[in-house]
Amino acid sequence: MYKILHKEKLNDVVELMVVHAPHVSRKCEPGQFIILRVGEDGERIPLTIADYDREKETITIIYQIVGYSTKALAALNEGDEITDFVGPLGEPTKLHASKHVIGVAGGVGSAPLYPQLRALAQMGVDVDVIIGGREAQYVLWADEFRKFCKNVYITTDDGSLGQKGFVTQVLADLIDQGEAIDEVIAIGPVPMMKAVVGVTKPHNIKTSVSLNPIMIDGTGMCGCCRVTVDGKIKFACVDGPDFDGLQVDFDELMARQRMFKEEEHQMDEQANRMCNLMGGVK
Amino acid sequence: MPNMSLEKVKMPEQEPQVRNQNFQEVALGYTKEQAMEEATRCLNCKHSPCKNGCPVGVPIPEFISEVAKGHFEEAYEIITQENALPAICGRVCPQENQCEGKCVRGIKGESVGIGRLERFVADYHRDHGQKKDNHIERNGIKVAVVGSGPAGMTCAGELAKKGYDVTVFEALHKTGGVLSYGIPEFRLPKDLVQKEIDGVADLGVKFETNVVVGRSITIDELQEEGYAAIFVGSGAGLPRFQGIPGENLNGVYAANEFLTRVNLMKGYEFPKHPTPVKISETVCVIGAGNVAMDAARTAKRLGAKNVYIVYRRGEQEIPARAEEVHHAKEEGIIFKLLTNPVKIEGKDGWVHAMECVEMELGEPDESGRRRPVVKEGSNFVIETGTVIVSIGQSPNPLIRQTTPGLDTQKWGGIIVDEETMKTSKEGVYAGGDVVTGAATVILAMGAGKKAAQAIDEALKQE
Repeated sequence: MYKILHKEKLNDVVELMVVHAPHVSRKCEPGQFIILRVGEDGERIPLTIADYDREKETITIIYQIVGYSTKALAALNEGDEITDFVGPLGEPTKLHASKHVIGVAGGVGSAPLYPQLRALAQMGVDVDVIIGGREAQYVLWADEFRKFCKNVYITTDDGSLGQKGFVTQVLADLIDQGEAIDEVIAIGPVPMMKAVVGVTKPHNIKTSVSLNPIMIDGTGMCGCCRVTVDGKIKFACVDGPDFDGLQVDFDELMARQRMFKEEEHQMDEQANRMCNLMGGVK
Repeated sequence: MPNMSLEKVKMPEQEPQVRNQNFQEVALGYTKEQAMEEATRCLNCKHSPCKNGCPVGVPIPEFISEVAKGHFEEAYEIITQENALPAICGRVCPQENQCEGKCVRGIKGESVGIGRLERFVADYHRDHGQKKDNHIERNGIKVAVVGSGPAGMTCAGELAKKGYDVTVFEALHKTGGVLSYGIPEFRLPKDLVQKEIDGVADLGVKFETNVVVGRSITIDELQEEGYAAIFVGSGAGLPRFQGIPGENLNGVYAANEFLTRVNLMKGYEFPKHPTPVKISETVCVIGAGNVAMDAARTAKRLGAKNVYIVYRRGEQEIPARAEEVHHAKEEGIIFKLLTNPVKIEGKDGWVHAMECVEMELGEPDESGRRRPVVKEGSNFVIETGTVIVSIGQSPNPLIRQTTPGLDTQKWGGIIVDEETMKTSKEGVYAGGDVVTGAATVILAMGAGKKAAQAIDEALKQE
């Protein structure tokens, strides 16, 4: 079992947990993910690794409470144990020593982006970040990024923090201003990553994205997480999760993420009913 | 005087139209009387060809003669000297190509029902047997086993019996490998798999789930941690696709995904179990191996009205066990043979039809089977909302990618010395599907056993 050592609410719908998981913490590298399960009947859910501490043997995860299984996770508290916690899974990010990298994060995308940009900064790369959120509270980890980023740009849909609008506008402006960019790393909701590629592709700027298709085992066994990259079938769990964004078929990915929408909705309703029965415990 | 009946004593089964609505086991097993009667059909041949047909060398006539006398526990002792998982083998071995295929009684009439008898003995022991006190002298030597499927489980059990301190590392949250995620409940009940695993644990084997060897820890690191030998039985997990248009549409599953959702994650009890699985009224399964039969019969049980097996070769070439094909047909699965899909058509991201061509058989190919050739202009369309691709799996790549010095075939299989299952890397052995590509439970068990023997001999010499 995997003990929760620390739990923190980052905003209305996003929480952070630090979990004791020695097999994962010993080996994980930026870009990799874990799969966890809450309860004996639980679903296997993949989450990217936001941070790790090899000495304390811990892994930090950040998750958005969106459905049945993340609600079950959120119902756990410090001192509780997670039934299963396996990793590190996926290929570590291939970090290239270049001059200037811009990270783009949407929502909880800040979590997987953070260790990648930090590692690049440690390699001597000039790193900037653009963080987007619906409103101010959904802009995650701006202060953490400031520790090693030269520029931290913030956008919100409603203008409650930083520039009003989308991350892509800031990126497009920087490109227009003639900023020399060696690579863009975009992590966030699929429509955001697609939009970022829409901006970088015409300029042929190397763009790395981290994909999060539906997954079950996460070890290459089930084939559920297949994505089309450069016209070929790839398994995000063993070939990714990082891919060359310029080659990803985002429309197919978005369609595949909708495969179980009805069932997810049904489970969610069930979770809400349970919640009401239990007197609104969250 | 042996019983000269030309037919096996029939084994009771659930009625086809009842069982294709539920996930309970299809075959119900012999009663004591039925088993004893079937056992008297064995001629107890001196040269016992059946034994040579068994990949793990079960002393078949010996155990059957105990069954004939009603000495079921004695029969169990005899089987388990050579086979640690008899309840499983009795159910899933392709006996017609192994022991029963060599049985003298099969020359005229049906062979002795060896698989059914093995199953009976194992089940009898489970219900009536006394738990033995497994006192084993421990030698303190650590051995690691990667993967808890049939190969790993057998290797671990054999080594534990010899006194080794064995740890099995399993990537999933549950042990059993393909026995847990692949083979359905109605063919191999999961509580029975668990009992067999418990039996291995009782021998002193330790299981560590949620450890992905190659990611959580590498083979080299296991060696540094003092494991004197390592057996790799990580299976052939990676599903293959045909490479035809439309394979990534919603509604197209790899058989592994479909079966994992149902078997491991209990998707057939959704929403009680939160992992969903969904199918349409018509389901097409591509391929005709055991996995394809499992997928088709599972789809039927989930409520599909029309389930097709679409296979590019003919009846003779079907690779699945004869009994699975027979059961599938009884349950109403429709076989579209000499048919090959060329395109999966979609609408709004979802499958709505599959275009196929008819095939005819030409000259034998390198596999010895007649090569299917396309009949020009024979294209036709099957309307379907679900396609399950079941055309085989490749070995999981994680270990070969992360283990320097481990030689593999071009197609990914680990290369071993067939006598000892030794790999090119010192102290590392391998067996099962990761060596052979997708094969059978019993071949994997045979490999695990051979490796255990070789590991024991090698470590004793040191």
